Amino acid sequence: MSTNDVPATTVDVTCTVNGEPVQLRLDPRESLLDVLRERLALTGTKKGCDQGHCGACTVHLDGRRVVSCLTPAVQVDGLQVHTIESVTGPDGELHPLQQAFVDNDALQCGYCTPGQIMSGLACIAEGHTADDDEIREYLSGNVCRCGAYVGIVAAVRQAAQR
Amino acid sequence: MKPFAYTAPSSVDAVVEALRVAQPGTKILAGGTTLYDLMKLGVEAPSAVIDVHRLPELTGISVTDSELVLGAGVRMADVSDHPVIRPSYTALAESIWRAASQQLRNMATLGGNLLQRTRCGYFRDADMPCNKRNPGSGCAAMEGVDRPHALLGASSLCSATYAGDFAIALLAFDAVVDVVGPRGERSIPLAELHVEPGEDPRREHVLDVDELIVRIRVPLTEAGRGSTYLKIRDRESYAFALASAAVGLVIDGAGIVTESRIALGGVATRPWRAVEAEQSLLGQPLTAAAARRAGEIAFAAARPGRTNEFRIELGIRTVADAVRTAGERAVR
Repeated sequence: MSTNDVPATTVDVTCTVNGEPVQLRLDPRESLLDVLRERLALTGTKKGCDQGHCGACTVHLDGRRVVSCLTPAVQVDGLQVHTIESVTGPDGELHPLQQAFVDNDALQCGYCTPGQIMSGLACIAEGHTADDDEIREYLSGNVCRCGAYVGIVAAVRQAAQR
Repeated sequence: MKPFAYTAPSSVDAVVEALRVAQPGTKILAGGTTLYDLMKLGVEAPSAVIDVHRLPELTGISVTDSELVLGAGVRMADVSDHPVIRPSYTALAESIWRAASQQLRNMATLGGNLLQRTRCGYFRDADMPCNKRNPGSGCAAMEGVDRPHALLGASSLCSATYAGDFAIALLAFDAVVDVVGPRGERSIPLAELHVEPGEDPRREHVLDVDELIVRIRVPLTEAGRGSTYLKIRDRESYAFALASAAVGLVIDGAGIVTESRIALGGVATRPWRAVEAEQSLLGQPLTAAAARRAGEIAFAAARPGRTNEFRIELGIRTVADAVRTAGERAVR
């Protein structure tokens, strides 16, 4: 999409997704969430509310967490996108935060978990894990209908201490 | 969502030129957390979108001898964690830290946040009557759920609450917004940026459709250190305000209040400065009774709807608590 001063009904975008270069011809209406799930088959990122309320669709853009449902996909041109699929090691070994979710029963149905993990990773990277109150505050954008919050906070605390 | 033309000019000059020749219905897109959200709901249907979210000229935070300068494209998250803003404009940092979630703060820009649309459920539901969205269709809140609606500044046509937090703190600090458009640059005091619904609820601010916010300037004041933004919500985090208050105070060596700034959020149709409440604190020691009295004065003109009268007492206590916290932080 380089510098694009001419109105367009489709927009060409180049980005990387989980380290792989990706070229897309987009309708500017498409959300990053829909592009990830329906065009790139990366269905680990979940669609919960699709309105920016629940955090299930959290991904990282250039290392910062965002909700992909409210990100027009055209805005990721030139950026690095990372999804839950990038978290596991090359041989399928769990990331320490994923293992901490297992260790602490930090999920029941699991639908919010990819978003919780992506948000938790960013929370740790930002250094917002001084205590449980700070972890709760900085994970408040991720809703868990099952109410596994106690385990989620414990898992992030455990991973942050490593 | 209706189709729209998309452009992403690479400079502010190019944006201004694009705005000059823009077709009717063109909207500026920044972080997308309001506009794209409302487009998905069918509430907004721009014919064209001019994307400014990564213009390098709009980023940057600097401090001069007399003011703090914030680029309109700065992400909210970059303000709440800023090492200078947090101690010297505590209410500004807190107003952002208590807004939305970290994901949304990483996306939303300061300029876009100032123009955030109301969260009135009837405005956001394209099937409901709404004088703001569809002039003349009526107001569903008048006989519907009016719990979150405004206690101050409503008209017979609209009582939708201004939802933002950052503008409340900026208002308390007499911030100024610089905008640019095809007719050049101009500066607008934050106090004059937003308007009450009156007879035309569609109009929420004084910007023309072809104007872009480029920066926000905040005068330096000692009251920045003695300040707080207290936000009371239905839950502890990630919710809009039932009532909020930005308070900044300066207290001299004798314990007398010499500067007083109070603005209210979540309770009015626009960011609301409580001038008489501010004045009630001046020239005397700060006591719990004085703080309570300031809250009562701030809400003296409040007019509740059918189900939100409780928010008047809540608002009074919010102001009183914020005044006491600011007093504890104020320079002595």
